[in-house]
Amino acid sequence: MTTVTNGDLNNGNDQPLSAEQKRLLKYYSASQWTLIWWRFRRHRTAMIAAALLVVMALFGVFAEFVAPYGPTSRNTQYLDGSPQLPSFCDDNGCSLRPFIYGVTTKRDPVTLRAISVPDPNKRVYVELLIEGEKTDLLGFIPTNIHLFGLQDPKAKLHLWGTDDLGRDVFSRTIYATRTSLSIGVMGVFISFVLALIIGGTAGYFGGRTDMVIQRITEVIRVVPIIPLYMGLAAAMPKEWSTTQIYFAMTLILGLFGWPTLARRIRSQLLSIRNEDYVVAARLAGARPSRIIGQHMLPSFTSFIIVDLVISFPYMILSETALSFVGLGLRPPTVSWGVLLQQAQSIRVIEQTPWLFIPAVFVVIAVLAFTVIGDGLRDAADPYAEAK
Amino acid sequence: MLRFTLERLVGMAITMALVSVMVFLIMELPPGDYADRYAFRKYSGTGVNVTEADIQAIRVDLGLDKPLVFRYFDWIGGIVLHGDFGQAFAFETSVLKVIGNKVWLTLGILFSTLLVTYMVSIPIGIYAAVRRASVADYGLTVFSYLGLALPNFLLALILLYFANKWFDADIGGLFSSEYKDAAWSIAKGWDLFKHLWLPAFVLAWSAVAYQLQTVRATMSDEINKLSVTAARARGVPEVKLLIKYPARLAINPVVSTIGFDVNRIFSELPIVAVVLGLTELGELLLRAYLDLDMYVAGAILLLLTFMIVFMNFISDLLLAWLDPRIKLGTS
Repeated sequence: MTTVTNGDLNNGNDQPLSAEQKRLLKYYSASQWTLIWWRFRRHRTAMIAAALLVVMALFGVFAEFVAPYGPTSRNTQYLDGSPQLPSFCDDNGCSLRPFIYGVTTKRDPVTLRAISVPDPNKRVYVELLIEGEKTDLLGFIPTNIHLFGLQDPKAKLHLWGTDDLGRDVFSRTIYATRTSLSIGVMGVFISFVLALIIGGTAGYFGGRTDMVIQRITEVIRVVPIIPLYMGLAAAMPKEWSTTQIYFAMTLILGLFGWPTLARRIRSQLLSIRNEDYVVAARLAGARPSRIIGQHMLPSFTSFIIVDLVISFPYMILSETALSFVGLGLRPPTVSWGVLLQQAQSIRVIEQTPWLFIPAVFVVIAVLAFTVIGDGLRDAADPYAEAK
Repeated sequence: MLRFTLERLVGMAITMALVSVMVFLIMELPPGDYADRYAFRKYSGTGVNVTEADIQAIRVDLGLDKPLVFRYFDWIGGIVLHGDFGQAFAFETSVLKVIGNKVWLTLGILFSTLLVTYMVSIPIGIYAAVRRASVADYGLTVFSYLGLALPNFLLALILLYFANKWFDADIGGLFSSEYKDAAWSIAKGWDLFKHLWLPAFVLAWSAVAYQLQTVRATMSDEINKLSVTAARARGVPEVKLLIKYPARLAINPVVSTIGFDVNRIFSELPIVAVVLGLTELGELLLRAYLDLDMYVAGAILLLLTFMIVFMNFISDLLLAWLDPRIKLGTS
């Protein structure tokens, strides 16, 4: 499709190119990646998913700024509190600035328990870019500016309610987004490196090496993956710090995530290992790692990227599942799975359904990665010809 | 066919041997060994002063002082020769007793899930391929995305919540309370059957999403083949034609992935089991991991993998029977 007849492009003539010809010129001279990007851009759902994911990732990266409170800050005045949605109007009239009601403590008339009730006579206004709790942005830039907060420094805004210890669900979910997405990234990265080495070795050398590696891959593929992860996670010593556990989890997820990608790399390498340019490189004395990396991999990079994107959901879901049952990350680390641990029983979901909000994030993230993966797959296919 | 079967059997044995090595290594992973945990479990809180010598005695008694390789052969030899999976210290009995009848419950859940998966995905997948761009077709696309994105332990929680809210029914567990400890009877079997649909539905969730796609894709390819057009030109009735040509072939990829489905179901089982309160192998596996009761965990992991490998074997045989090309290709 890249051959162009002279008539198409009006070569050698002094006449300016028509709009149609300009378009064609741009199309035929575009690089592979530009073409993929053009095709991907037309995939509307994938673009929306990508935008959502970028927003989510930004929230995670700048969690200290986006979240009004720290992940473990408590508001003992508002335990198991329901979400406070800022509004502009109420019975006492409207205001240009959004507000929420202040909270007063009362006794439950039946159980005599102390409960928090919103007080309709007390308005607290919501403001953007307001000073609040001191934190370190990205872990090293000290700041106390938050995206939003309450004008009254004594009152607290709990957009998505609080848990049984009075911790802000919104803030915790934002911090959890950072943990869960970064675990996904690290896990995918580790399994990618392993897949390159293992799949590369099997595909490049073939023969007996390939047979042995195929056997081992088969063994890992046949064992149910979550129970396998659980076995490795269970072995983490109880006295490990949260950082150690975090890195151990990325390792565990990465160490067994490679078989699918390794198979892809292997089969692609096997199919091109006897091409002339590969043989030429070999005869010129290039090392196997150079031949694979410089000459063979570039021919199917786009497929690898698609496979990497598609393997994200599995990492995220595995982490969530493991943490959910208490075998993955442990509090005080917050991840989506750790947060959902609190929402394990029906009673909790019935009384404090807002604890279920992190689940929505899981679903959105997984959906977004899947849709983007599909979009990329379509865009990367060189035979899907449409100008 | 005999040669083909034998080849597959040998392959299965090799895979299982390698799997058993891996499982054994996982059992050995947690810090401290069985003797430590045994002594801790038995004597903690009793006031008995346990010395290192006592633990060493337990170790020698159980043969845990031998090198790794010998312990592996002790363990696997016990399983293969005597069906002895070792001791479950949390229950103070043999692993076999603990696992015993839970194997049947797990198999029950597995087969009802597979049944639901194929009963739903094959007909609907075929229908969606025949009626392209219909409501069923779009519904299928949306559902298959959801099937991946909504993890089934969340689905289980949501279902439990709504069952509780709308029907005021406790639908979790495998048995009603009155049958929990009762001996097996027809009534108990019926009670189990009434409880099985929920775990089967939840576990089939993502398997259905995946298989729907497969069936629809193969069916769409097959339906445009010349053989179909020729049959239609001969005047073969539409339904008969669909069943005789494309549908027959659309089932092949489903059959060839039975092993994957079983794998996926077992992978999700422990977590779904916790949420739904199913007292079977998956839930026991999770509990064993949390207690570091590694003989129980290892035995269950080995059993689940064996079932997967066995179902792979069955699927190979079924496929060879359905599609003679495969049999010819290998021999």
